[in-house]
Amino acid sequence: MSGTDASRSITLENHLPLDSGQVLLHATIAYETYGDLDADKGNAVLICHALTGDQYVASNHPITGKPGWWERMVGPGKPIDTNKFHVICANVIGSCMGSTGPASLADDGEPYALRFPVITIRDMARCLVALVDALGIDRLHTVVGGSMGGMQALSLAANWPDRAARILAIATAARHSAQNIAFHEVGRQAIMADPNWDDGNYYGGQTPDAGLAVARMAAHITYLSETGLTDKFGRRLQDRNTKSFGIDADFQVVSYLRYQGSGFTQRFDANSYLYITRAMDYFDLAEEHGGRLGDAFSGHEMGKGARFCLISFDSDWLYPTAESRHVVHALNSVGAPVSFVELSAPFGHDSFLLEVPSLDRVVEGFLNG
Amino acid sequence: MVEAGTHLRPDLEVIARQIETGSRVFDIGCGDGQLLSELEAHRNIDARGMEIDAELVERCVARGLSVVQGDANADLADYPDGAFDYAILSQTLQTAERPDRMLDELLRVGRTAFVSFPNFAHWRTRAALMFGGRMPVTRALPVSWYETQNIHHVTVQDFNELLIRKGVKVESRWFFSGENEIGATGANWRAEFALFKLSR
Repeated sequence: MSGTDASRSITLENHLPLDSGQVLLHATIAYETYGDLDADKGNAVLICHALTGDQYVASNHPITGKPGWWERMVGPGKPIDTNKFHVICANVIGSCMGSTGPASLADDGEPYALRFPVITIRDMARCLVALVDALGIDRLHTVVGGSMGGMQALSLAANWPDRAARILAIATAARHSAQNIAFHEVGRQAIMADPNWDDGNYYGGQTPDAGLAVARMAAHITYLSETGLTDKFGRRLQDRNTKSFGIDADFQVVSYLRYQGSGFTQRFDANSYLYITRAMDYFDLAEEHGGRLGDAFSGHEMGKGARFCLISFDSDWLYPTAESRHVVHALNSVGAPVSFVELSAPFGHDSFLLEVPSLDRVVEGFLNG
Repeated sequence: MVEAGTHLRPDLEVIARQIETGSRVFDIGCGDGQLLSELEAHRNIDARGMEIDAELVERCVARGLSVVQGDANADLADYPDGAFDYAILSQTLQTAERPDRMLDELLRVGRTAFVSFPNFAHWRTRAALMFGGRMPVTRALPVSWYETQNIHHVTVQDFNELLIRKGVKVESRWFFSGENEIGATGANWRAEFALFKLSR
């Protein structure tokens, strides 16, 4: 490994083998850390980010200037207490915040674009393990993740069972459902229908912002609940008293979605969106292990491996409680120690990122228990 | 042995004493995890629980216990045969949709089962019904008929008969009045609570 501490990234010396059979050359992994690592390196907590997340879990985003995406959970005195834990969060490969992805330059000096190999959730986990290796950490105190982050946490547990003492998977699933795949396809088609997309070769020119914004808008709806949208916006009009009888952003919800869409294009690469959504679609932990999910966790039989905690939210229809229960069932079938709770929160899938005090208590309790 | 002064409910106190060190225990309807944390802390026991109430599960997880939120009426089916040395169902049988089937499940997932329940034939309960003409509200059954979760009231005698019909082996029985353990004589009259240790 060759470390470049200044930029908080590592570049893997060896080629990274991928599930597709291809290899990734000299992959760079960008990451952030918070809190001090104990001398025995026993207090490292790895946080895995979601589809459009990044390594800035508890520090300002360098492009948007906004606070870290999980600052309410991670920091001094927070449920994941950086006075106590050394928190590591890395940008997944395929993404666009410093880790190798389709916008990175290939050996010929040109961006990979669609020449970037298709990656999987297990490939992401493989990179995380390589990072943890490089940091000299044998066994993580905890791996935490919500949504796609939870998938990485489960994949890491299944494939590298001795690398973590605790696995905390929130609002996630062990496989992508047909509905999940279908929603992702809408987003991908929106990007690919943007003339600026140009088969992915838009680097250095006009970027497919309109398509990427639509993808984000469609996805954003799936992260919320109907009640959440109704409470926040209802049918209220935006900056006007009557309908315009045009196709302007008459409704507050429309204005909000447009804002979400355009804000997203400033910080995210459209090709990364294609690759990462595809990685999620391919995710099926049981399929990777001969079709039986319990077999995926055979390294955790009878409490030999990690302790698990799964959390779902009653208003999350994207990764509903049944998906978490499926994982709990599999873990029980091998006798792995597992906790599970469905928390009540009105915010849909996004509940894991928002103000849910019961989530704070469970996370803190599990990490310290 | 559980040290004195841990303030476990008397039936749980007996269960804690009976459980062998180093075994695998499953407490169904584990509440806030009092028994489980006692067993884990002092007895090197692999303790697991199931609880339907999210807030109680939350408290269990915060104590470092492995507890799954679930409905014992449906979710025991998720556990493999003989997964545990002991399966515990304390003060929960009378709330089951089908206590007979739950008993089967208990003895499927656990080699040994502990079952405790309030005895509906206790003299106080009988008196309340006989002389008051109303559904009893006693210290053992403190909740009114319209609010109680107890949908299958059971007596010591009823339970004995169910065990005979199912061919379940009774290893031991304990009876309680208030905080005190009492003898088996006239238990169907005298016991407010009963605890059975069962196996197939």
